[in-house]
Amino acid sequence: MTHRCAVALAALAALALALPAMSHAQDTMPGMDMGGHQHHHAPAPPAQQAADQPAAPAAPATEGASDEPKGTDQSPGSAEPPPVAHDLAGSRYWDPQAMAQAHHAMMTERPAPLYGAVKMDIAEYQFGKNGDSWRWEGEGWLGDTNRLWVRSRGEGPVGGRLEDAEVEAAYSRAISPWWNLQAGVRQDLGTGPVRTHAMLALEGLAPYRFEMLAAAYLSDKGQWTGRIEASVDERVTRRIVLQPRVEFNLSAQDMPQQRLGAGLTTAELGFRLRYEFSRKFAPYLGVSWTWAGGRTADYRRADGESPLARVFVLGIKSWF
Amino acid sequence: MSSWIIDRRALLGAVGQLGGVALAGQATPGWAKTLSQGGAALPSSEVLSGEAITLRIGKGHVTIGGKPAKAITINGTVPGPMLRLKEGQMLRLTVINELDEPSSLHWHGLVLPFQMDGVPGVSFPGIPPRSSFTYEFPIVQHGTYWYHSHSGLQEMMGCYAPIVIEPAEALPAPLPSMREHVVLLSDHSFVNPARIARNLKVEADYYNRQPQTLSGLMAGHELSMDQRLMWAKMRMSPTDIADVTASVMHYLANGHGPDENWTGLFTPGETVRLRFINAASMTFFNVRIPGLAMQVVAADGQDVQPVTVEEFQFGAGETYDVIVTPQNRAYTIAAETMDRSGMARATLAPAAGMAAPVPPRRARPLLTMKDMGMDMSGGAMKGMSMKMRDGSLAPQVKMGPGVDMISAMPEDRMGDPGIGMGDVGHKVLTYRDLVALHPNPDLRAPEREIEVHLTGAMERYMWSMDGKTMSQAHEPIPMRKGERVRFTLVNDTMMAHPIHLHGHIFELVTGHGDHSPRKHTVTVQPGGKASFDVTAEPGDWAFHCHLFLHMAMGMMRVVQVRPA
Ligand SMILES: [Cu+2]
Repeated sequence: MTHRCAVALAALAALALALPAMSHAQDTMPGMDMGGHQHHHAPAPPAQQAADQPAAPAAPATEGASDEPKGTDQSPGSAEPPPVAHDLAGSRYWDPQAMAQAHHAMMTERPAPLYGAVKMDIAEYQFGKNGDSWRWEGEGWLGDTNRLWVRSRGEGPVGGRLEDAEVEAAYSRAISPWWNLQAGVRQDLGTGPVRTHAMLALEGLAPYRFEMLAAAYLSDKGQWTGRIEASVDERVTRRIVLQPRVEFNLSAQDMPQQRLGAGLTTAELGFRLRYEFSRKFAPYLGVSWTWAGGRTADYRRADGESPLARVFVLGIKSWF
Repeated sequence: MSSWIIDRRALLGAVGQLGGVALAGQATPGWAKTLSQGGAALPSSEVLSGEAITLRIGKGHVTIGGKPAKAITINGTVPGPMLRLKEGQMLRLTVINELDEPSSLHWHGLVLPFQMDGVPGVSFPGIPPRSSFTYEFPIVQHGTYWYHSHSGLQEMMGCYAPIVIEPAEALPAPLPSMREHVVLLSDHSFVNPARIARNLKVEADYYNRQPQTLSGLMAGHELSMDQRLMWAKMRMSPTDIADVTASVMHYLANGHGPDENWTGLFTPGETVRLRFINAASMTFFNVRIPGLAMQVVAADGQDVQPVTVEEFQFGAGETYDVIVTPQNRAYTIAAETMDRSGMARATLAPAAGMAAPVPPRRARPLLTMKDMGMDMSGGAMKGMSMKMRDGSLAPQVKMGPGVDMISAMPEDRMGDPGIGMGDVGHKVLTYRDLVALHPNPDLRAPEREIEVHLTGAMERYMWSMDGKTMSQAHEPIPMRKGERVRFTLVNDTMMAHPIHLHGHIFELVTGHGDHSPRKHTVTVQPGGKASFDVTAEPGDWAFHCHLFLHMAMGMMRVVQVRPA
């Protein structure tokens, strides 16, 4: 069991490490020769490229020395810039204090001091063979480039008690134009064992515009679990969007109380087709399959449940 | 201070010239009335002239499609009153801020002492709420300019108006005009600009309603599967041409929506000078008058040798004067947005009530590899590494979450007609077509070169210069008074940016030597670069992208010019 635990963990860690590396590798232009030799390391000199320019500054006119370059046809020299002065020119004309205040305001002013949003990616009614259920999954953030991030998800039978639910809060740090590194805590709620976890996640937009989340959790009982989510928006028309979505849940150890086994616990594949009345309000319908893997499947069978479940879903994707 | 101020010209002037007072409650000023005689025939008091002028910044509305939209007005109107000045005169402008927030007015394109330039925190402290400020400066140039608030997002709310300056003495023009009209193009939203900014921060393509679709692919439209995958792999979109589009903006000509159809009158056979001003906050326009060739005679207020075009694209902050000779019929002035999601419309007609067909909007263009600074048409580039984000190509750029691209091979795109203008089937103006009418005033070679990278991260809606926002960089760009410097702007983003340097008229480096075209705002095409030579005027000056949300997000610097 400890072996499987180590393997699962290593796999998760490797994935977490590979994602940003992958994002880097993919910065390279597709279809281009990626030999990586002959970089040009300095920007080309200005105005050297257009053939129709009468005089390229870098190369003196060849047609005749009488054609001395004039005005902007001349190339720039290499004089040193002057030092930066640390005062405000306006202070010589206006009240220096008012000037300094206005300067400070201008330097710090933004359309908003902070931005924030709440997004519900999934808020749906699920029609299943063994009864209907509710499910939600959403996130909220506050900040600008770096953010306070909150995520929540959960599900439960219609008319019954909340089964699985979790809330997590994290500090989200932008590490590239597309990726955020997130560290925080997760609290489980619902009918199962109530655990608190430390969380480390990588969240962002992968090449081919996949929305990705890879998270590792360490519970207060020392149990390691992980989750990988990926989805992509395929625009069928300007308003109709098909969203395929996959999710893998992993555990480094057997957790009989949660009825989860080591290794891949569950895998999910879903397709949701939404109609965007606006970006902020899009009802959808779809279908979703969940498979339990390995020992988790055994638990399910032992509990008289099927390891494979299919639900049809009806929901609303929104943000505000 | 009382707002009931009557300016001196109004007192001395002809009947009905009652400063701004008589206008309260009016949606558009006289010069921009739905029906305009234009030029010298302008009857109204909303064209302000003389040496003492009073302007009031206040809250009001602009009517778009019959509905009132919240606005920040000048003397009660959007656009505000036209300033019609004369080269060589002195000007004393008293600006009364009736808002509950600080305000300012900046004289876009005017060469003046920096402390009168009107940028809060750079040239002066701003105009505090419910107080006034008096600007005083000589008018040393002529041409078409404009003025606008430089505080917060007030310009986006309608706080702008035209300036027309007549030459000191009637100069022999290569193409004299018998009548003239100002055509000020702008954008206005029923949604508060701060909310627009926030939506873009949450979802950068929020207003892009013209994406590539699967149904388009099935129908064989536009890009092939391979090309789509290539764009997706880069996490970029070829339809990312404008971040604020017709899905939230309304496009106005002299404050009028397309249905209100502002109409400029003419007598058939007359030569008419049209002074086009792009006073939009976030919009590039493609301007054409079907059936009528335009002879461009001035760019950013500076005279150029006449060049005949069918269409021109211009960015926020730029102006063009064109001469047309309309026949006895109506013509539509069509100002389609660069992403072709919307259109501002006006009419030229020999009589009231006439209209010409409005051309349909053309198909939305797509960005190309050239817009990524990676044009691979030249075979010479084979074998060169083509990374999207190779920081070593631009050592001065601070790489980080705010920089999603470095143009690998930025080209000089001054000969480019603009996004989507390459295949419209008729002559479209390029910067390289412009040749100054008179020799340039400073023919020295630049002593040095300043390279500035325009940077951004589309997904995060971050905009900067050299990878740093203005507040991150904090440091100004230092220059010596009188120094001749070449600026080279490298666009490391997939959007065009109209870059404006306050208080200077510079010469574009386009191969025209001592007759280089002079401008105050230059559009740098995506993945391209643009150079200009400038002679440093003393003071601190704002230098920024004139798309206001880009500026607000940090694509701005202060240029600091001190005695040598
Ligand atoms: Cu910009």
